[in-house]
Amino acid sequence: MTLDYQIDGPENEELTKPSQGGPLGADMERRDGRDKVTGSACYAAEYRPKGLLHGVLKRAPGTGAVRLSNAEDVGTIPGVRLVLQDERMIRNAAQGTAGEAPVQGVSKAEYVGQPVALVVAENFETAWHAANRLQISCEGASLPVLPENGEVDDDMQEEAITGEPATAFSDAEVFVDETYTTPALTSAPMEPHAAVAEWHGDRLTLHGSLQMLRYNRLELADSLGIEPEKVRLRAPFVGGGFGSKLGISADCVAAALAARELGQPVRVVQHRRQVFEVNTRRSETRQRIRLAAGRDGRLTGLGHEARVSNLPGEEFSEPVLQGSYFAYAAPNRLLRSDLVRLNRPAAGSVRAPGEAVGVTVFEVAMDELAGKCGIDPVKLRLRNLPEAEPGSDRPFSSHRLADCLTKGRDSFGWDDRPAEPRQRREGEWWIGTGMAAAVRVNMVMPAEARVRLTPEGRAVVETDMTDIGTGTYSILGQIAAEGLGLAVDDVDVCLGDTDLPAGSGSGGSFGAASTGTAVWLACEEIRREIAGRMGCDAQELTLSDGHAACGNDRRSLPEVLAGEPLSGRGKLEPGEALEKVRQATWGAVFSEVAVNDVTGEVRVRRLQGTFAVGRVLNQRTARSQAQGGMTWGLGLALTEGMAHDRRDGHIVNRDLAEYHVPVNADVPHLDVHLLEDLDPWAGPLAAKGIGELGICGSGSAILNAIHHACGVRIRDLPATPDRILSGLT
Amino acid sequence: MQTTLTVNGTRHQLDLDPRVTLLDALREHIGLTGAKKGCDHGQCGACTVIADGRRINACLTLAVMHADAEIVTVEGLAEGKTLSAMQQAFLDHDGMQCGYCTPGQLCSATAMLEEARAGRASHVTEDLEGTTRLTRDEITERMSGNLCRCACYSGIVAAIEKVAAE
Ligand code: FES
Ligand code: FES
Repeated sequence: MTLDYQIDGPENEELTKPSQGGPLGADMERRDGRDKVTGSACYAAEYRPKGLLHGVLKRAPGTGAVRLSNAEDVGTIPGVRLVLQDERMIRNAAQGTAGEAPVQGVSKAEYVGQPVALVVAENFETAWHAANRLQISCEGASLPVLPENGEVDDDMQEEAITGEPATAFSDAEVFVDETYTTPALTSAPMEPHAAVAEWHGDRLTLHGSLQMLRYNRLELADSLGIEPEKVRLRAPFVGGGFGSKLGISADCVAAALAARELGQPVRVVQHRRQVFEVNTRRSETRQRIRLAAGRDGRLTGLGHEARVSNLPGEEFSEPVLQGSYFAYAAPNRLLRSDLVRLNRPAAGSVRAPGEAVGVTVFEVAMDELAGKCGIDPVKLRLRNLPEAEPGSDRPFSSHRLADCLTKGRDSFGWDDRPAEPRQRREGEWWIGTGMAAAVRVNMVMPAEARVRLTPEGRAVVETDMTDIGTGTYSILGQIAAEGLGLAVDDVDVCLGDTDLPAGSGSGGSFGAASTGTAVWLACEEIRREIAGRMGCDAQELTLSDGHAACGNDRRSLPEVLAGEPLSGRGKLEPGEALEKVRQATWGAVFSEVAVNDVTGEVRVRRLQGTFAVGRVLNQRTARSQAQGGMTWGLGLALTEGMAHDRRDGHIVNRDLAEYHVPVNADVPHLDVHLLEDLDPWAGPLAAKGIGELGICGSGSAILNAIHHACGVRIRDLPATPDRILSGLT
Repeated sequence: MQTTLTVNGTRHQLDLDPRVTLLDALREHIGLTGAKKGCDHGQCGACTVIADGRRINACLTLAVMHADAEIVTVEGLAEGKTLSAMQQAFLDHDGMQCGYCTPGQLCSATAMLEEARAGRASHVTEDLEGTTRLTRDEITERMSGNLCRCACYSGIVAAIEKVAAE
């Protein structure tokens, strides 16, 4: 039996609500933590089927027609089993939720670094050596790689105009008109993408490092030209994804093809430098922000125009404007985004696509406006909060930005700051504070889950949902424990296997709420069955401590089950709520930085985030998610950026030594406050997303604090010492 | 070539291609996959193991160079089912998310405490003569060779502070 439910409105009366003080929301140890601290958690590359062979991908050194000049010689190196060049190999990773093959082919390289061959050998050392010996050349006309040379793709244009923005801009009492740039960014999960492919007859089992198995299965089957039913994917542990593992990656298809051809299992692990090149990056952006306001800081007009890029054939455009549709009120609005086609590695979703760079830049512009108006930055934001979504007039499902701003301000001690920049100095260091609002759209995705109750009264949660560090094992166990009145230890959670019901997958901060709700529905289904057996209404049934009670009738679960297992299935579909309301998550980030007057170095001394993210499902794992996002904001502000070669577009700094993700010493203690926010439009759990919100304001809080500290306004990210120094006088 | 490796107290007789790194010997030949491969180039610290009491990047050294060493990996930190104090503190403070950097963080943190105890200085040590106090700055500096993209640094530092204070 399946309980189907879609979120059409705020009423979920027929469904049970979670209790207060139960397992849901508790600050609980990560339930897969033990496996992780003992080293027994098994990631994709660590499966070792008998006869495993090792494949190494080989990249195109240029663009154009690809030629392998010594493949035969390489094939004769002892231990080498195959030099594979197959037109079914994929050009780059599939986009999130694509559900079909990405662009395929190896005879033509469309960006430098495209995987164009696979060398398979009996051990890794031989495969690596042979891949290095393989000579590949590319020949073709040079392709556009600089945003200023790329052609605008008219089909990808986005534009929304409300009122008379041009007039508002020209009549503004106070006007900000600035252009900002953000560099291309990368997910850089610590686990490189990896696949172990094994065929049994015409059936493929692939252990992969993937975020969204229900879509990945379709993508892989389509790439190979086989039926999805013949593909089983497994990903019980995933070493981080951050968007780069939303779609299948080159290793999956290459491993599957080679394993088929050789009749032996094959493993392909991306080299760290390939992780940068062959998956998807966040597009660089150029953003012009115009803010027209009265002297009181009230916005009369706003403009947000963005230019991003992607490889020809990719449907994705970094949704830079996403937050600008609803963050601030202004009667006159101009939102516009263009995409240019460039032959750089493909762009796709990276943690908080859109807002990560769009909100970050917009919030710097708001700081500039506050300065021009002489208004406190928190007050400026409070003054411009909309009643309903501007443009569409849709109500907000819950609007907590003002709460976040004021609570964050008070706990940070914001009001002590001098209004003017360059007021506080400690030795060589300028000290300043800054803040920003954080907004992120909230999404729900289709999800299914099954919950089985064993005759002994233990529960098993089953879905192909992944835990990429997000805490899925923990929270789904807590949800089922809550729904069935069990202790969390009496619930097992099985994830990451396409043989199980299709969850939402992990991405876009929708995983916990979407798949979590499906688990809740599955429990509801079981409750209804138990209530039926007890002869009462599901609403009158109490499940607690492994017992079911209706009025005076109280029985243990084994008694109710009478030796038979019981299972329920929940199915969630996003409903009309999506259209009826604007649903989002809210936050405010405050920061204190020190800027060295001699070296231009920035040290973040404090970073505090106050977030309203729906129901918090596990305080401990939620806090970690928020801290992760905030650290990404710090990286975006200070250290991260991919450099593309100006001649051929290749990524110059494509490893962890040259692309600087924040390290321990870069990050202060991160202070996280989670505000309870039971959004009635978010289904029976009232949960929303949390993983991405932290990145959407933290970067700007730091950039604004830099300006407050030393008077330097950084508009080209990141704020590296050279850029700060050249502004310090 | 023939070589031996002593890992977590067990001696392994191995026949290895001389190009095999210590990391691959552990993961591929002995079957201890706790130590992770994040970059294979000494840039991330995911492969950190303890060799004769010192933390090293197992990807940057060849297996055959360690025939006489005592290697400890994350699998060797617990005593049977009892977690080490550091492992328990990582659980208590949620010093992990995806878990991929965690074995390296744990080995690194465990050996780092010994380094500090032995009086080895770091870049931020102010007094090179006296005993090393593991301040927050000392801990974050000494742990910066272990990247965590999930960014669990707050939890990692809290866990280490807890164990260091014991
Ligand atoms: S794998 Fe050894 S440092 Fe990254
Ligand atoms: S826990 Fe994921 S990289 Fe550290």
